[in-house]
Amino acid sequence: MKVYKYGDNVDTDVIIPARYLNAPDEKSLASHCMEDIDASFASTVEPGDIIVAGSNFGCGSSREHAPLSIKACGVKCVIAPSFARIFYRNSINIGLPIMESAEAAAAIQAGDKVSVDFASGVITDETQGKTWQAAPFPEFVDRIIEAGGLLNSLKARGVAK
Amino acid sequence: MGMTMTQKILAKHAGLDHVVPGQLVEAKLDLVLGNDITAPVAITEFDKAGLTQVFDKDKIALVLDHSTPCKDIKSAQLCAQARAFAKRFDITHFYDVGCMGVEHALLPEKGLTAPGECMIGADSHTCTYGAVGMFSTGVGSTDMAAGMATGLAWFKVPAAIKVTLKGKLQPYVSGKDVILHLIGTIGVDGALYKSLEFAGEGVGELSMDDRFTIANMAIEAGAKNGIFPVDDKTRAYLAGRVNRPWEAVEADPDAEYDQEVVIDLNTLQPTVALPHLPSNTRTIDQVEGTHIDQVVIGSCTNGRLDDLRQAAAVLKGRKVAKGVRCIVLPATQQITLDAMAEGLIQIFIEAGCAVSTPTCGPCLGGHMGVLSDNERAISTTNRNFVGRMGPVSSEIILANPAVAAASAVAGCVADPRKL
Repeated sequence: MKVYKYGDNVDTDVIIPARYLNAPDEKSLASHCMEDIDASFASTVEPGDIIVAGSNFGCGSSREHAPLSIKACGVKCVIAPSFARIFYRNSINIGLPIMESAEAAAAIQAGDKVSVDFASGVITDETQGKTWQAAPFPEFVDRIIEAGGLLNSLKARGVAK
Repeated sequence: MGMTMTQKILAKHAGLDHVVPGQLVEAKLDLVLGNDITAPVAITEFDKAGLTQVFDKDKIALVLDHSTPCKDIKSAQLCAQARAFAKRFDITHFYDVGCMGVEHALLPEKGLTAPGECMIGADSHTCTYGAVGMFSTGVGSTDMAAGMATGLAWFKVPAAIKVTLKGKLQPYVSGKDVILHLIGTIGVDGALYKSLEFAGEGVGELSMDDRFTIANMAIEAGAKNGIFPVDDKTRAYLAGRVNRPWEAVEADPDAEYDQEVVIDLNTLQPTVALPHLPSNTRTIDQVEGTHIDQVVIGSCTNGRLDDLRQAAAVLKGRKVAKGVRCIVLPATQQITLDAMAEGLIQIFIEAGCAVSTPTCGPCLGGHMGVLSDNERAISTTNRNFVGRMGPVSSEIILANPAVAAASAVAGCVADPRKL
């Protein structure tokens, strides 16, 4: 599980450029993921890899195609000090794990071997031998995640038909 | 503790007397919006979840504005998917080519947004409607699907930043300069998860079109929404457009704000944002003479009638410089008609501009003005991220319509006051 590391304000235009939004299927989105910030990402990323980035990750457009493309690549989770709010809720709604930890995001280096435990929120950098605790999700958000996404949670409650 | 305008609207729509920042609420929606890029993803999720009902066919707006008139086969297929959904559920507010406009200019024009209301849109610039004193925010496609099915959305009640406006804007300075100045001051994440609550006597000096521009770019500071108080200008704008009853909200005198920013409109200068962040701002005197290849005047930020008037006032009797392409995109069909009646379209064409049917096109590098390698545009749009309007080597400078028009004439970034 290797780490890809990026800076602050990674926007949704570089995560999935608008020129590819006319093909919103998973395969196409995955093949162009991160193309305008890291042209080699889509060809080198492997299932289980982790993205670590700076603050305000996912700013800009509301395109759900952005977290979808990252998820479709098999990325296990994104770790950042903060996420842009639309990207944050989109990730929860579609089931892309995200973790907020300024300390982990600062310390983890590209290429480090990192493991994460979603239940406890513990992030472990095996290369450096360090661990951090990510900010917990509100209970409300945990329920969406447990239900398998927003639409499933609304169906389970009987409010969506 | 008192509540802000945003907190009051969320409390009311959640059926609560009072809310506090950080509280999670489920609110009833007055409108759910999507476009030809986000709605198809929402529709696919809607179908995948086995949903068969929309909550209210009169409270969903579908606007085919991003890749339209369709730029390629794939875009046409996405539009067809949205069209079929609109037909299946008899969606009242479905806007196709010929009657559509750029969504955030179109909805207020059609009277679909009113003070005190609460809505989501699967487009980040949905925050535009805060200009009329409502809560509106951008979401993704799954939220849109859930909103269409249930009429509900979950929100974390935002803390607030108060932006107090004083004085009056000088000629050739507009709402765009107010919001670029603000983003330059607080940064692209300066209002992350928060609402921008505009206040002060300077609000009354701003046109409605200026307020739409300012609220539109609240997202560029990371904000959940931007919201203006309702005054006589708002009421005049709504008259004849909104026929249902509405109720304006006012911030409590003891509402709490995390931060207050004061902007003196009198001293504000034409302001631009250099590549590649909207917060990378400079006053016009610092960047005059910068080379440009293309000028774009339009978008949900600056494609309204006031914007076109400001651009036309600069372009009248002048010519677009040789070697520069100037593209003007009135944001709706009605704005196009109004601009024609005022002679603005003639001014643009005689000056050598290309005038387009309404579309988001070039703003997101879709069509109608995509850049080539190493080209630079000055644009009245809202984002200047890497690769937004073309290849990664292309660049965008964000500006107000008068500055964009002056730059078209000069062939480089120019101050309209010096032409």
